[in-house]
Amino acid sequence: MAIQTTHSSRRILLPVRPWFILLSLAAALLLNLVPLGRAIGMPDWVALVLAFWSVREPLRVGMGSAFALGLLMDVASASVMGQHPLAYLLLSYAAGGLSRRILWFPLGQQALHILPLLLGTQLVMVAARLAGGADFPGWGYFLGSFSGALLWFPLTYVLLLPQHRPVDKDENRPI
Amino acid sequence: MSAVGHPPPPFFKRGPAPLARLVFFVIVSLALLVIDLRYRTLELARQVVAVALYPLQRAAYAPIELYERAGGYLQGLAALQQENRRLMRKDLEAAGLLLRQQHLDQENLRLRELLDMKTRQPVPGIVADILYAAQDPFSRRIVVDRGSRHGVVPGQAVVDEAGVLGQVTRVYPLQSEVTLVTDKNQAVPVEIVRNGLRAVLFGTSGGQMELRYLAANADVQPGDRVVTSGLDGVYLPGLPVARVLRVDRDKAYTFAAIACEPLAGVEQHGQVLLLGQRESSPREAGETADGDKKPARAKRARRKD
Repeated sequence: MAIQTTHSSRRILLPVRPWFILLSLAAALLLNLVPLGRAIGMPDWVALVLAFWSVREPLRVGMGSAFALGLLMDVASASVMGQHPLAYLLLSYAAGGLSRRILWFPLGQQALHILPLLLGTQLVMVAARLAGGADFPGWGYFLGSFSGALLWFPLTYVLLLPQHRPVDKDENRPI
Repeated sequence: MSAVGHPPPPFFKRGPAPLARLVFFVIVSLALLVIDLRYRTLELARQVVAVALYPLQRAAYAPIELYERAGGYLQGLAALQQENRRLMRKDLEAAGLLLRQQHLDQENLRLRELLDMKTRQPVPGIVADILYAAQDPFSRRIVVDRGSRHGVVPGQAVVDEAGVLGQVTRVYPLQSEVTLVTDKNQAVPVEIVRNGLRAVLFGTSGGQMELRYLAANADVQPGDRVVTSGLDGVYLPGLPVARVLRVDRDKAYTFAAIACEPLAGVEQHGQVLLLGQRESSPREAGETADGDKKPARAKRARRKD
């Protein structure tokens, strides 16, 4: 199956279903909540999925969703209120603004576009917390962005699967 | 909007411009940041969101819990027998002290009565399980499985079998957050056992601690045990906190740089004891002029059930 991941592909995707966006964001939140202690290099799943939908569907997922998800993450991770919303907002704004550019590139270069966005998200959080007098978490903290950018490949494949239904419908296929 | 992407043609209805929306939301989040850092008045909102998130959090914790339980099940008979032997030996070693404890307590009470001093409140405790370390990489906190429904209040001291772990800083209905003594913003008033020198212990990065504000020629040696001094009214006096690792006396600075390591097993899984508050706050004591026995007793009664 030739999967269409860029605008330059010939195939046209089915329209995305809103419940699937919600489901993927909820799944990302769940993955972020798994308590792994101080594991280094864990990607911020919510930021990644948010960036994905901000690039793919800038009219459906934008700063409102970013703000709400950020608030949830703030409470869940016991950080200062406003830290995640601020970072996610800027991420969503940049990803939405760049969406028409990013989608013309092949997947590898898309990931290269996403990497600075994720790094910027983490930088904003570090800046917000250091200004509040917190401890610098060490450079390993930024590894999460790199693993997140690597995950762009499988993530694109998985999250676009429902939109790759064949034209002639197969009733036995689950999604 | 000209920096990233292109502005949409004006005849499509898209609501407020992205930049305007961004500015609005950024202002809101900056306001949240400042309010939470400065005034800490967002606890109610946090509680509401936390209650809504609780099922999701438990669901996310389930695989980890399963893994731990499976690990515990497969741990094997030999390890358990060994632990049992070790605990029995420890019990026997402590028996000598414990058997005389009651006698000493009685004697202490009598002597205090003779001296007409305020009797110390017996401190009730709540046993809790450490669930996990909080996700926030900027601070050092753990989450335990007892909350306001079980009678936990913010400010309680948390200890494990080796020493002081930290202090309850935020209470949710079914969970509470404990800030560890190794957190940068956590200060514990302490004294050194060997000579009774008083100091304040702060957390540093890397899970260690340092004794601050001790003069460069202060009598501190590596290996000294550091216990709580009880001056803050939060920690009981004499709880072990840390051991001095090394002392750097640089004449260029007024104070010695004294690095310590925590005695309690911070950031490990296991059970902890949340000690009741030692004494009621001054305001509370002022309101109930007839002594602070009544509120303490009420608290104790609530915790029993």
